[in-house]
Amino acid sequence: MSFDASYNEKELNAVGTRPVRPDGVDKVTGRARYGADYNMPGQLVARVLRSPHAHARILRIDTSQAEALKGVKAVVTAADLPDLTDGDASLFAILDNCMARTKALYDGHAVAAVAAIDVHVARKALKLIEVDYEVLPHVVDVDLAMAPDAPVLDETIITKGVTPAPDAPSNVFAHSEFGHGDVAAGFAKADEIVERTFKTEQTHQGYIEPHACVASCNSDGSAEMWVCTQGPFVYRQVCADLLGLEVSKLKVTSSEIGGGFGGKTHVWAEPVALALSRKAGRPVKLVMSRNEVFRASGPTSATSIDVKIGATKDGTITAAEATLRYTSGPYPDTWAETGAMTAFACYDLENVKTVGIEVLVNRPKVAAYRAPSAPMAAFAVESAIDSLAHKIGIDAVDFRIKNAAREGTRSSYGPVYGPIGIGPTLEAAKAHAHMSAPLGKNQGRGMACGFWFNFGGQTCTDLNISADGTVTLSVGTVDVGGSRASLSMIAAEELGIAYEDVKAGVADTASLGYNDMTDGSRGTFSSSMATISAARNAIAVMKQRAALMWDIPVEDIEWKDGQAHAVGASHDNLAPLSVKDIAAKAGNTGGPIAGHSELVADGAGVSFGTHICDVEVDPETGATRVIRYTVIQDAGKAVHPAYVEGQYQGGAAQGIGWALNEEYIYGEDGRLQNAGFLDYRIPVCSDLPMIDTQILEIPNPNHPYGVRGVGETSIVPPLAAVANAVSDAVGVRMTHVPISPPRILAALKAQR
Amino acid sequence: MTTIAVSTTINGDDVEYLCHADESLLDVLRNRLGLMGSKEGCGTGDCGACSTMLDGRIVCSCLVLGAEAEGREIETIEGMAHGHDLHPLQTKFLEHAALQCGICTPGFLMAAKALLDVNPDPTEEEIRFWLAGNLCRCTGYDKIVRAVQDAAAEMRGDAA
Repeated sequence: MSFDASYNEKELNAVGTRPVRPDGVDKVTGRARYGADYNMPGQLVARVLRSPHAHARILRIDTSQAEALKGVKAVVTAADLPDLTDGDASLFAILDNCMARTKALYDGHAVAAVAAIDVHVARKALKLIEVDYEVLPHVVDVDLAMAPDAPVLDETIITKGVTPAPDAPSNVFAHSEFGHGDVAAGFAKADEIVERTFKTEQTHQGYIEPHACVASCNSDGSAEMWVCTQGPFVYRQVCADLLGLEVSKLKVTSSEIGGGFGGKTHVWAEPVALALSRKAGRPVKLVMSRNEVFRASGPTSATSIDVKIGATKDGTITAAEATLRYTSGPYPDTWAETGAMTAFACYDLENVKTVGIEVLVNRPKVAAYRAPSAPMAAFAVESAIDSLAHKIGIDAVDFRIKNAAREGTRSSYGPVYGPIGIGPTLEAAKAHAHMSAPLGKNQGRGMACGFWFNFGGQTCTDLNISADGTVTLSVGTVDVGGSRASLSMIAAEELGIAYEDVKAGVADTASLGYNDMTDGSRGTFSSSMATISAARNAIAVMKQRAALMWDIPVEDIEWKDGQAHAVGASHDNLAPLSVKDIAAKAGNTGGPIAGHSELVADGAGVSFGTHICDVEVDPETGATRVIRYTVIQDAGKAVHPAYVEGQYQGGAAQGIGWALNEEYIYGEDGRLQNAGFLDYRIPVCSDLPMIDTQILEIPNPNHPYGVRGVGETSIVPPLAAVANAVSDAVGVRMTHVPISPPRILAALKAQR
Repeated sequence: MTTIAVSTTINGDDVEYLCHADESLLDVLRNRLGLMGSKEGCGTGDCGACSTMLDGRIVCSCLVLGAEAEGREIETIEGMAHGHDLHPLQTKFLEHAALQCGICTPGFLMAAKALLDVNPDPTEEEIRFWLAGNLCRCTGYDKIVRAVQDAAAEMRGDAA
């Protein structure tokens, strides 16, 4: 059935309220089952052997002693995962990352795995596997990896996107370019120009739940997997491709997910668990340790970014330019391209140019992390904007308002914007009490803006009406932060019934059609669109059933407030039929009542936010405390405002951690030195103040209720907001995050 | 490897089990007793997802040996509600949306209960420092702190 997704302003009853989430009681009583909370009969325990070297050729792997150990049921190496990728480079990278084939490319790269009857035997077996390595020179720093004398990770890589093409291989996979106008002409018109280089360090998503799965391959070619993932359908496809399984014979069930933030959109050890199960003929449980999570999953890119922005004295930006160098780990990817697209997306620019440069290094394969690539670009651009405002002598908020993108602006990455929220978030920031609150000694204030695209994508839902009139809603997007609540609310809204009468659940891959994963802030946006469509289809069925029950034409029936009404003078004496009334008679009027929807959720509205941050810096130690923080963001329409606030607060906290503390620290030997939560310090409760939020609602014209994605944008501004605040407090521009105490002390010392 | 016989009390019930000498209390709870509400986020005492009460004191059960539980009293998240009656902290966590993914929630609830046992009227700062051993990556802690404050007020009988 056709579905009109365009925005239609109307009064909403369920949407906008704050009910308790349907999965809540299970989660506060310990009953919710996550990746590691599932077991199968006869299950084996898996452990993975990992490279201790940053870069090494694998000369020989001898697994014979491990295989001979009593209790070991299978040992696998790359030989057990033959290359079925058929020239698909990105799929090959996933395969090679799961299990190193000819070279170990980073500290922690998997080289072999065992499945045994218990963890003691598995650990003992790992020690019996002999690997001969030829250690090779390594490089982990983004700028050093681009140097002419850098060790080259992959001799087949000739930089793409450069003319003429280079004649020698390097660690630079590709250049990409965005923009419009003439930046040279624009800079010539500028009265003031700021030009600086910024660096950001590599961070991890830091989900508290390590990767975990239970894989079971059967003798008949079918297989099952229980796994913590943001996308069971995507995991199914990738695992089936890598193992040569028929897609429909692999059933993937997503567990409750203990945080993902993008890190659980990529497969890691799941194909290895399946390979072990296939070889052993028994189910295999594989749970990563925290050390493995840090060394071999996640992280985001480390970056080095040059920014140049020019403006006239009246505060008009005349040109903006950035070159963004992003690490992608040891495989080609397009993270810098995304950074280059987002860098200047907040502004209305006549002349703009960005270049993204993808750089291979001996670090783990980069994974998406909440608005991937955007926070680093925003850090560089929003820091430079702040400097330029100071240089011109104009208020930093006013400067941004003057240059903010608006409806009709051609974005720096190409498309022309519809109605957007950057201007309103800036106006709200200007008017916010936080902006004018007094500051004390050693304190500073900063603000910054951020942008994220938001995704839509393939989506389907099933909405089934039970005999008692209650509703089960099956969705295919994993619930990472309350979407079962928001989607139940949407179904209740559309059907006109109580929230309590709807129960939303996440379906496994055998129970529902394909869904893209929960990424790009698409969970509530796309599944709500499919839910609205499914509900409308169910209403159409219920109108037909009511017509049968009343024996009147279906054209004479109107759906209002959760009931079928007979319209027209001849039907005046017919009392309305509720969902419950119609459901009760379903067996006699044509059988079960359901609404389905399969669609591509187009038109995800872009999202903007503005953050304000106050810090206090101890000049003796260089330690920084965030003392006040405000997030202002456009939600389009906040379906469940408490969980929208939660997304704003959570993203801000992650960004504050990135800005002040978090970084991967490598030794000279290329080994990760802080692969644990003690040394890789994410913000704890005592590090943070309350995080104030302000939700703006500028309806997305492409969603019936105006919903935009809300999950990711909140991590984009904090790096710059904190950096601008620290720079304000100490009087020195901070250009390298995390702004750790040693970096602040070094900056203060250099200033003296 | 030989095993050790342990007699202990868990959530008020007598429990006996066998465990290896190097097995953590967390592994015993999860793998031998089916009490999987306690979570392993790190296994090194840094994240607090396995927070458990041992003789009235909050501990990381990943840092306690199963054998050390002999003759002692353990409380886990599974014992926090009485039947269908949720503890006020559990109710307030739901009302305040103080959880997103929920993996850290059992540990936070156990730690917060331990706080309110000794300090029924904590300041925001006291709550923040008491809960500093429990990591949450989703919420930014704001709603967790508010839920604990609200639960404390309700348990004291303060007017809302």
